[in-house]
Amino acid sequence: MIVFLVRRIAAGLVLVLVIATTTFALMGLTGSDPVRQIVGQTATRQQVAAKSAELGLDQSFVARYGHWLSDAVHGNLGSSWFSGESVTGSLANKLPVTLSIVLAALLLAAVLSTVLGVAAAVRRGALDQLVQLLAVLGFAVPSFLVALVFAVVIGVDLGWLPATGYVPLADSAGGWLKSITLPALSLSVGAIAATAQQVRGSMVDVLRADYVRTLRSRGISERSLLFRHALRNAAPAALTVLALQFIGLVGGAVVVEKVFGLNGIGSQATTAGSQGDTPVVMGVVVVMVALVVVVNILMDLAYGWLNPKVRVG
Amino acid sequence: MTLPQPEATAHTAAVPGRAGLLRRLLRSPVAVTCLVLLVLISLAGLFAPLLTGQDPAHTSLTDSLAPMSGKHPLGGDGVGRDVLARLLYGTRTSLLGALLAVAVALVIGVPAGLVAGYYRKWFDAVSSWLANLLMAVPAIIVLLVVMSAVGQNTYIAMAVFGVLMSPGVFRLIRASVISVREELYVDAARVSGLADPRIIRRHILPVVQAPTVIQAAQMLGLGIVIQSGLEFLGLGSADQASWGSMLNDAFANIYTRPVLMVWPGVALAVTVAAFGLLGNALRDALDGSAVKARRPRGAARKRAAEKKAPSATHETSGADDALLVLEGLKVSYPTAEGEKTVVGGVSLTVRRGEVLGLVGESGSGKSQTAFAVLGLLPREARVSSGRLVFDGKELAGLGRAEMNRYRGRRIAYVPQEPMSNLDPSFRIGSQLVEPVRRHLGLSAAEARAKTLGLLERVGIADPERVFDSYPHQISGGMAQRVLIAGAVSCEPDLLIADEPTTALDVTVQAEVLDLIRSLQRERNMGVILVTHDFGVVADICDRVTVMQTGAVVESAPVRQLFAEPRHPYTRMLLSSTLEDAEPRSALGPAVPASVATSMNTARQEGPA
Repeated sequence: MIVFLVRRIAAGLVLVLVIATTTFALMGLTGSDPVRQIVGQTATRQQVAAKSAELGLDQSFVARYGHWLSDAVHGNLGSSWFSGESVTGSLANKLPVTLSIVLAALLLAAVLSTVLGVAAAVRRGALDQLVQLLAVLGFAVPSFLVALVFAVVIGVDLGWLPATGYVPLADSAGGWLKSITLPALSLSVGAIAATAQQVRGSMVDVLRADYVRTLRSRGISERSLLFRHALRNAAPAALTVLALQFIGLVGGAVVVEKVFGLNGIGSQATTAGSQGDTPVVMGVVVVMVALVVVVNILMDLAYGWLNPKVRVG
Repeated sequence: MTLPQPEATAHTAAVPGRAGLLRRLLRSPVAVTCLVLLVLISLAGLFAPLLTGQDPAHTSLTDSLAPMSGKHPLGGDGVGRDVLARLLYGTRTSLLGALLAVAVALVIGVPAGLVAGYYRKWFDAVSSWLANLLMAVPAIIVLLVVMSAVGQNTYIAMAVFGVLMSPGVFRLIRASVISVREELYVDAARVSGLADPRIIRRHILPVVQAPTVIQAAQMLGLGIVIQSGLEFLGLGSADQASWGSMLNDAFANIYTRPVLMVWPGVALAVTVAAFGLLGNALRDALDGSAVKARRPRGAARKRAAEKKAPSATHETSGADDALLVLEGLKVSYPTAEGEKTVVGGVSLTVRRGEVLGLVGESGSGKSQTAFAVLGLLPREARVSSGRLVFDGKELAGLGRAEMNRYRGRRIAYVPQEPMSNLDPSFRIGSQLVEPVRRHLGLSAAEARAKTLGLLERVGIADPERVFDSYPHQISGGMAQRVLIAGAVSCEPDLLIADEPTTALDVTVQAEVLDLIRSLQRERNMGVILVTHDFGVVADICDRVTVMQTGAVVESAPVRQLFAEPRHPYTRMLLSSTLEDAEPRSALGPAVPASVATSMNTARQEGPA
């Protein structure tokens, strides 16, 4: 168990490192000239050189990367080239926004896909068809389009929930919940569809399994059969899909944050990306990949807990 | 915004030729609709200059947010560009970008998957590691970085997205190749000295073709989604009309003119849905081929079942001490060619404390009969039964909950295949304790003690260890003992054992039969022992009912049946089982044609 955990964490760290290095190299190749953008078109050659030296851009690539890496290991991700704001500080401010909608979307996807998938597998018929249709729709309609429709219809026309803005959890729990409902819901549609499809498929398979028939032959209740035995056996496959979907959720947050005017890491990524603000881009990439790594390790642990063959064998 | 998941490779088992797949695809209305839509959409993009005279990039302040008119059939956008022209020209960007992404994904993924799957070794290790790495990164983040590094160009972004999707292709191809490379015919080709490239081209490519086409259709949809997402964020070639940039513009004017969202939104959703549904239809067409291959044998069995042999029953059913009386049981399944009868009017009786052998070959309907008594037939099954009387009470027509009062408590079941009949996710103990607590109302400690006692009774040397084990940690013979313990745990009156020894080693078979016999005597249970083995019948049965193609052909006390079998089918079964039997061929003419057919029926093929 401990060995497994250590190995997974090590693999995660390697992933973060590889992605960070690649990103740094890519940003170093940048075709546009960030210094010129920062100081403006009218700046003198001396001003440009001074700014370059200030940002450390006059050093070699290896030196710059080594510098960034040693700072990063100590928790310092540098400061934005454009605003001068500390990257660690601004990420810390924005992370709660993104985490709120991404984790809420993950939770929604887990719960709703289980309910829909189990219902479709057990009841079949019209409900089953509905879930299948939903799966195709969830695939076809990008999350930002869902977000746009939700924002206009539910947020603006009906006025049921706020269409823009974020209320911190510390300020008001109700306000927080209201402010993240639409973003999380629109973000999760695709993941719900894909995972529900998997839950349904696995449940159908498990319910056909010999051991379910044998359990039934012992007269245990239908509820225990479905939710204790069948769902438990169908869960690992669904969890694998959910883990993959989570990666998509993190990416989708970038677009959904724009629609709902949320000042999270995603919108920061968009701005920094288009400016070529290397320290901010690096910070965003590291945090997002780390988030994926952490959630995947948690899912692996849940997988091990669900599947005794992995756990014991 | 998700990378495509690697497809299950189950489809690769039965892959039809490309021509066959296309023909089947054209028979599906969904597929045809999708294809027609996609052709129309492509044509609209291709002939955009003919369909509109407007320049999609021409801005005009006077036409800003212009209403629909002759000049602008769909109106103007925020900066006065013609919406229809942008929609049509945007089709080009979307489709070309998606095609580029898919092409890149295939060019990287297919060869890498082939090489990794076929040669394995270091290349497999390295490329699998890279694939996992790529799949763990949110695509849109990578694209943001790339766009900020190399500039705002939609096609470059889509090429990079192709790289990001290539792990999906790689994993699919690799898994397919690994599954076929172990096949005998591939092995044979290798042994006969065929060069690797030739083997790959002749034997492996045809297998991976179909799943790759399915995945390509879904990736085209994904490519369009991710591309429009980027453009919506304001990234991508600024001078190029695209659906995503139209949505960006619509978003900027969302309060003044929300209708601007509709056109690109609908175009996007319809195109992506068409690709997705096309992928699904392709998969269904593939699956359909597998179903089709099985049909002829099922049909043969149906004919055989209709041609029932006359039944030669020695005694009347419904004797006074009868524990179970079954009369006129019919079981059928709906199939593509109508109802398929697997049990056609079976009657049988089990007395208290009596062991009834239910004998017949695979496909004779004996297991189906057993499941019908337990109410455990699959949902699709249609059951009609004259009478199903257990201990004086009519069970036919009882609901699931009512049946659960009998199942496990008074009628119990021992399955055929021990390993697949234990829930792999739960410890043996908890599986056994659950029904005991439910039916007998015992406390957890009492149930545990009782279960440990049972495990000891069925001959398990170390009950505590087995109690705490998971099914994969014990042997098949031990698992069967566990299942027998589970069946008798609530002291049932009737035990139905479905070929309980077939899956076991010969040495263990005798022990398990002894165990069933001794438990039966000890508790005076009625037993229905489903078997095809007259050796087993001779060992422990009191009476025998012989079934052939869904009907009872003969029913008699065991001595009488062995001494003077009346039905030719019984004689044939006896002669093929008993050691002193004549050679089978000598009996050939006595066997009805239908027997020969049913003997060819594969066991796993039936719904049992």
